[in-house]
Amino acid sequence: MFQPTRLALASLLLGSTTLAFAAGEPVIGLITKTETNPFFVKMKEGATEAAKAKGGKLLSGAGKADGDNAGQVTAMENMIAAGAKTILITPSDSKAIIPAIKKARDKGVMVIALDSPTDPADATDALFATDNYKAGVLIGQYAKAALGGKPAKIITLDLFPGHPVGAQRHNGFLKGFGLPAPDAKSNELGKDARIVCMADSFGDRAKGQTAMENCLQKAPEVTVVYTINEPAAAGAYNALKKAGKEKGVIIVSVDGGCAGIKDVGAGVIAATSQQYPLKMASMGVDAGIEYAKSGKKVSGYTDTGVTLIAAKPVAGVDSKDVKTGTDLCWGAK
Amino acid sequence: MAATHRLVMQAKGLVKRYGQVTALDGADFELRAGEILAVIGDNGAGKSSLIKCLSGATIPDEGELQLDGKVIRFKGPIDARREGIETVYQDLAVAPAMTIAENLFLGRELRRAGFLGNVLRMLDKKKMLEISVARMNDLKVGIRSMTQAVETLSGGQRQCVAVARAAAFAEHVVILDEPTAALGVKEGNMVLELIRRVRDKGLPVILISHNMPHVFEIADRIHVARLGKRAAVLNPKKISMSDTVAVMTGAMPPEKIPAECLAH
Amino acid sequence: MATPLKDRLPPIGQLGPFIALLIACVIFGSTTDRFFSGENFSLILQQVMVVGVIAIGQTLIILTAGIDLSCGMIMALGSIVMTKVAADLGVPAPLAVLAGIAVTTLFGLLNGLLVTRVKLPPFIVTLGVFNIAFAITQLYSGAQTVTEVPGLMTWLGSTFAIGGSNVAYGTVLMILLYVGVWFWLRETASGRHVYAVGNNPEATRLVGIPPERVILGVYALSGVFYGIASLLAVARTGVGDPNAGQTEALDAITAVVLGGTSLFGGRGVVLGSLIGAVVVGVLRNGLTLMGVSSVYQVLITGILVILAVTVDQLSRKGGR
Repeated sequence: MFQPTRLALASLLLGSTTLAFAAGEPVIGLITKTETNPFFVKMKEGATEAAKAKGGKLLSGAGKADGDNAGQVTAMENMIAAGAKTILITPSDSKAIIPAIKKARDKGVMVIALDSPTDPADATDALFATDNYKAGVLIGQYAKAALGGKPAKIITLDLFPGHPVGAQRHNGFLKGFGLPAPDAKSNELGKDARIVCMADSFGDRAKGQTAMENCLQKAPEVTVVYTINEPAAAGAYNALKKAGKEKGVIIVSVDGGCAGIKDVGAGVIAATSQQYPLKMASMGVDAGIEYAKSGKKVSGYTDTGVTLIAAKPVAGVDSKDVKTGTDLCWGAK
Repeated sequence: MAATHRLVMQAKGLVKRYGQVTALDGADFELRAGEILAVIGDNGAGKSSLIKCLSGATIPDEGELQLDGKVIRFKGPIDARREGIETVYQDLAVAPAMTIAENLFLGRELRRAGFLGNVLRMLDKKKMLEISVARMNDLKVGIRSMTQAVETLSGGQRQCVAVARAAAFAEHVVILDEPTAALGVKEGNMVLELIRRVRDKGLPVILISHNMPHVFEIADRIHVARLGKRAAVLNPKKISMSDTVAVMTGAMPPEKIPAECLAH
Repeated sequence: MATPLKDRLPPIGQLGPFIALLIACVIFGSTTDRFFSGENFSLILQQVMVVGVIAIGQTLIILTAGIDLSCGMIMALGSIVMTKVAADLGVPAPLAVLAGIAVTTLFGLLNGLLVTRVKLPPFIVTLGVFNIAFAITQLYSGAQTVTEVPGLMTWLGSTFAIGGSNVAYGTVLMILLYVGVWFWLRETASGRHVYAVGNNPEATRLVGIPPERVILGVYALSGVFYGIASLLAVARTGVGDPNAGQTEALDAITAVVLGGTSLFGGRGVVLGSLIGAVVVGVLRNGLTLMGVSSVYQVLITGILVILAVTVDQLSRKGGR
């Protein structure tokens, strides 16, 4: 919540003044939702390395918390003032960020959305994203197949109400599981009779554990747990273990960080949809450098891919093993 | 009123400078046993600096302070309290949310005997309550319950609590700074009554006040501070209020004061 | 003279949270069948034990008319320190725990020194320390969760059986700490001085108690409680999580306010904070059992906070 945006902005301004004197180097700005989510930490690292390798300069910034639009707008303005010709952004608020993006594009800055689109999506030049809905579909399919003939009693540990990524993964899961589900554009969490409990985990380990404990009280007969991300899954597993139920319950998740893949290998998570924040970032940097050199912009939607990683493959669902997941994972190995 | 001339407190030649300003310029002071001594003076006369030296809140640059004939030097207000001088400040120094009994013993709480008191450091609330009740009864302060919070009391009652606290713990002197300021007629009289009772119990009282009628009502002698010195000590029974004010403002120089108006 | 019954009852501000808790329990008990069980109650107590212990420190600080926004971050730092010291340096668990608590106490002391010596407002100080503690936690942990935690360190998360339900040792510790602090605040001079300093610091100075000494002590002591809370966090989740602690400050302040302690200082009962923390946990648990969206939990908590502060204001105007 009170992340050191000031620290980031201060170093940003410092870095950008030296930038103003470094002639010719393409300047690219990366704005993530927060500083702390490992997903974004990795994204920033990937972007920094790509910039270094290709001869560009990366400025980075973020909002103070998920949903902090004003912080992202400020970061964008500062980066453009510091000479950034391309802005890569994971928008915290897909609608509220539009005016700032328009202002930037009017100045000739190329704006690429990463990981989740703006609303409408064509407000940015391009979108490099991962399909969160598809990520949900894959783990839904896996869970259904892994369940076999057992009754479906599903607990969903979501993010918090109203968040598009949370809704997309949740609804994708339902679709993949074969249940009626809202489409990828919806921000509402789909419900079904087979979902015996829904609770918010805020993507946090401890809160995920609390949410799972409460849901277990309501529905001890659970067989499948969908979780918004791997920290929440770890918390859910803890709760199940304390109740002695961890063996019989399938936990699925999304993200594909190295810690999460390790949990797949350890049997904590049955399957996870692995996303590629580094790829989004490096693709964005490449596009920015190309734009600075040749003036050519990218456009449209580019899916950076998602891979289902599972320790135990199931029939009818394509998945990769833990080793592959480990090779491709982001975060400290 | 039994006025003996034994000196309880005495100060000679007090000097206090704050930078360029000389607040006390060789001030003298005498407090006799069993009396209520009012200290009056215009703003800037050195009245508050004098009181601060007596209560230990300020250390004088020059001069001597004696208590019961013994020369003393205060390093701070705690020293003065230890010597048995209790001061009631204008803002009363009470914690409004706490009870009367708690406020009475704030900073000098009593602990229970034995293990509970020495190891667990438990307070002896029963005893503190009993003593509070006894002290208040002594001074005929008519407050119903010592367990009510101070903030439930009227301004006058609060002042009485503060005065009674000082009287309960003082051994030599009670100093009161503007005790009836901001009080209505009835409440002010209540406080004056209490001050008389404190004096009658054997504690001399130094009273700083701007309220002439009140000063004339209870003071045995009036110490007039002017220009950092003692201008005169007056007898309220013999001098008029307007003449007193004249002495205070300098309109009547000390030489012009008729002999019988001076206190002996 | 005998104290009238009116004076002997706790003021409405203190009964309020208890009444809210009772009402919540009655509502949830009647609409869901799993709410009223020893197992469920034990679970709720475990879920609130980290915030509950943090709230002890927060209560003390708020009693002195201060506030601490950094408590959650200090707790996270403590849990990272104790788990990393054990995992990386191989230090035995008890010493590692002490190291963690030492660090949190130092940060509490830092808060106290900045407030009393440099005389900065507690809000600003603890906001700054929040950021500093966060940065150090992220840097020291490398933004990585510490998973190699010695079993002994998680002992407080394990349970023992009482009358059919399983109670966690950590819950017992939390309750013992609350009772101990309640006793200290009520029955000892130093405890009463905390109230006096919060109510009228100048008055305490004039009677010979330097308010700075009391305030410094309170911030440092709170640091100890944050350290204990970090151990409880490790015990509960089984890991050292560098991303923990981001919402605990607001949660703790909510518990303190719901518990009837006045944000203006000088008034309140520490046991109220325990009730306040439990009320929040009960709401979360009950609403999940009822299948109600968590948005309503946030809404109800907000309404209760406003009610609590209003009751506090009204009861003070009435002089009670």
